[in-house]
Amino acid sequence: MRLAGWLHPILALLLSPLLPGVINRVKAFFAGRQGPPLLQPYYDLIKLLQKGAVYSGTTTWVFRAGPVVNLAVLSLVLLILPLGRVPSAVAFPGDLILLAYLLVLGRFFTVLAALDTGSSFEGMGASRELQFAVFAEPALLVGLGALARWTNASSLSGMFADLSPAFWGDSLPLLVLLACAFLVLYLTENCRIPVDDPTTHLELTMIHEVMVLDHGAVDFGFIQWAAAMKLWVLGILLVGLVLPGASGWWGLDALAGVVGLLGVAVLTGVIESIMARLRLLRVPQLLVGASVASALALLLTFR
Amino acid sequence: MRCDSFVLGGLLGSLSLLVLGGLGALLIGRMSSRSAVRLGMGTAVAGCLVGLIVTLTALVARADVVWTMPWRMPYGSLHIGVDSLSAFFLIPMFLLGGLGAIYSVGYFGSWDDRNPGRFWPGYHALVAGMTLVMLARNGFLFLVAWEIMSVASFFLVIYEDEAEETRWAGWVYLIAAHVGVALLMALFALLGRGHGSLDFSLMSAPAGAAGGLFLLALAGFGTKAGVFPLHVWLPEAHPAAPSPVSALMSGIMIKTGIYGFLRAVLLLGATPIWCAWVLLGLGAVTTLVGILFALAQQDIKRLLAYSSMENIGIIVLGLGLGMLGLHHQSPLVAALGFTGALLHVWNHAVFKSLLFMGAGAVVRATGTRVLNELGGLLKRMPRTGAAFLVGAAAICALPPLNGFVGEFLIYVGAFKMLFGQPASAVWGVVIWVTLALAGGLAAACFAQLFGIAFLGEPRTQTASEACEAGAWLRWPLYILAALCLLLGVGAGAVVVLARPVVVQMMGVAGVEGVGVLEWPVRTLLPLTLLALLVALLVVIAIWAVVRRRLMARAPAVRTSPTWDCGYAAPAATMQYTSTSFAQPLTKGAALFLRPETRAQLPQDVFPISATFSSTTPDWAQKKLYRPIFEKAARQLGRLHWIQQGRVQWYVFYVVAALTALLIWMVWS
Repeated sequence: MRLAGWLHPILALLLSPLLPGVINRVKAFFAGRQGPPLLQPYYDLIKLLQKGAVYSGTTTWVFRAGPVVNLAVLSLVLLILPLGRVPSAVAFPGDLILLAYLLVLGRFFTVLAALDTGSSFEGMGASRELQFAVFAEPALLVGLGALARWTNASSLSGMFADLSPAFWGDSLPLLVLLACAFLVLYLTENCRIPVDDPTTHLELTMIHEVMVLDHGAVDFGFIQWAAAMKLWVLGILLVGLVLPGASGWWGLDALAGVVGLLGVAVLTGVIESIMARLRLLRVPQLLVGASVASALALLLTFR
Repeated sequence: MRCDSFVLGGLLGSLSLLVLGGLGALLIGRMSSRSAVRLGMGTAVAGCLVGLIVTLTALVARADVVWTMPWRMPYGSLHIGVDSLSAFFLIPMFLLGGLGAIYSVGYFGSWDDRNPGRFWPGYHALVAGMTLVMLARNGFLFLVAWEIMSVASFFLVIYEDEAEETRWAGWVYLIAAHVGVALLMALFALLGRGHGSLDFSLMSAPAGAAGGLFLLALAGFGTKAGVFPLHVWLPEAHPAAPSPVSALMSGIMIKTGIYGFLRAVLLLGATPIWCAWVLLGLGAVTTLVGILFALAQQDIKRLLAYSSMENIGIIVLGLGLGMLGLHHQSPLVAALGFTGALLHVWNHAVFKSLLFMGAGAVVRATGTRVLNELGGLLKRMPRTGAAFLVGAAAICALPPLNGFVGEFLIYVGAFKMLFGQPASAVWGVVIWVTLALAGGLAAACFAQLFGIAFLGEPRTQTASEACEAGAWLRWPLYILAALCLLLGVGAGAVVVLARPVVVQMMGVAGVEGVGVLEWPVRTLLPLTLLALLVALLVVIAIWAVVRRRLMARAPAVRTSPTWDCGYAAPAATMQYTSTSFAQPLTKGAALFLRPETRAQLPQDVFPISATFSSTTPDWAQKKLYRPIFEKAARQLGRLHWIQQGRVQWYVFYVVAALTALLIWMVWS
């Protein structure tokens, strides 16, 4: 079983570009367009990894280190994350704290790489990204804390292993609250509508995309890959909540996990198609809402 | 036993080296400043090195040495001792003392025309005073050492006394230190009443008074540590002091407050449970206030001072968690809390002194501490910048550096509380939420600090002309940066070293702490975690190699200006400043931070000029202390007639006082 956990990072590295592909297909379907092929993110990635680069004269090694650290963090974090009901490669009490801080590490270096260009637009994006992170961090940690207390497990694998339909009836409000909180987190961390619009054409309104304006070629390929991996990583928290019980055979469980992730991608596409972006000033309110949902879930565990 | 005499002899040797070196530098400072610097630096480094070796031995061998000599002083005795608690705090003290001395040579360098005979004696007295504070086993001796430490650091703070604000900072610091010491005098007097002795071994809390004395100790030692609302001297004194002094003060001197507090807790024995609640509440408030104020600062060193306050808050949270664990009869939670707090003491000593020394190098190179006047320094000072980045990442508790491990232990301790009864789980939630919020804010604060100062384009002429710092300044930075990494991935060893101290602390409430000694490291710190920290480095290296391979195959790599969305003439002033960077967060907290802004907004259809400036002063100082002290000054003004300013009167006072003493002696 544990062997499957070790394969998780490789599986994610190979399959994660499917997720943005699915989102784009769903959005195209809603808009009545033909849309890019499902595998377009793969083509983009291959092309980017072969291109020559243009670097700003202002930048230093920090600018080049940003994408590398970010991608490294996201490939390492999968070692402590279960894929649906397939337990992770390693698990220890409090591994959720490592998860949260590894994500902070990736964000820290993305922000520094943005500031390294000296562009005011990228500074703007960096400032916003960190502002939202301040609100997102408690939502994530309190939400996971509530889940831990309810399932009486102290590691991520343990928490998600025991959630089964039998559990749902018992704790439906809790699961709904957590699902809401995690969905908001998923959309925020991945810079999706209603928090951020990955397809906007106006730099002033961007958050994540504006931070990577100056990256190109291999670096930008790493960034796109890491973004797809992030969809995978945060999607897992959501999928883990709603997936029905384990089959006992890890191949089937892993398949269920991947299908669940694709489902989340479809949901994201739907949300992006039917919603507008929130005003920037409203985003913290949304995130505070997610924190409140997490806190309420934690309160429910005190019953 | 041979270990005992080795430890004592070594420490006394180290102390005498410091004292003699300080006196020597004072004497020859006027004649030859070069040799004064050499003597001062040499003796400080030698003394600290000897002390470091000796205390490491003492901690590893779990020595508990005591040495007494009679002292003709009422209630005083030269009673000194080294136990695990002392040794644990002495190690970072000697480390930073030595590195700070090396750094000082580069910092003052050849440009300083001041008399080095003024700096080095103060420096030696500060290090020797701190050593004696941690060795003292007698209340009187402790207070004398505490006073030496405070006064020496006061003289170091006002070293660059030509600036008005430096003198003001020194003044604030001196008053705060003495308010604290007054509380400590009361504490020791009350503790020693039972046996009529100020010896620590004979002190005990009177029945039922443990809670009150606990608060007294918290206030007295909290003043030194910088616990809210007693922190007001920190943001004044740290920026005013020369950087090696700020590094030493912030790195370890404020920790003597933590040390003294732990010592007092050991003396007090069992305390009521609300004491732990007070600690947790104060720790949470200190953490959040500290980091919020840090975010709003534009002076690098003031920012670092507030962040010290945040970290003291985290340490206090850990101690509170430990004491709560004792009350709930949960040795694991107690051990996690205490170990986390102790680890954070070491870690904060390392990364905060690294940051202060890095900030000092920046100040040397550019002549300014204002963040908005810097920029692009990583290109001009690549090595200093790289070391500074390690410190900034470590203080944000980013894995795999040391800051993460200490906080992880406190997090896990709080996590274990979550599973308990609602009454204890609530405190787990408080710690959990505080650390999560502080983590996000710290990341924003230090990304801003490093990003604005070191990245982008220089915002002023002086910043663009900055040069790399000299070797004297850089080597201490390298050593500290390496320690940030080593104490992170090698945290298991630190946990083992901290264990005897944890056992000591757990003995307070009578919880069987001995079992902790036999616990494997993984009971507290999962070895998997440490393996993952190493793996993180490996994975980063792998992706870096992959990137290099891909880049080698790429057709062409060009350089061009930053893409500014089509704008033709990008200028350095268009960059985001620290003020604008932190604005979304500081604006959200404006109700609390109370920034003072002056704005002249653009008017008319064709605006000609607009200005905006904003500062965030500490309202605790203005609103809380100023009214009290002003009132006190007015009342004390009535006693002005005593101070006539004539020698005759003072001779009279002396004679009168001596006569009164004589009468009293004869009488009794």
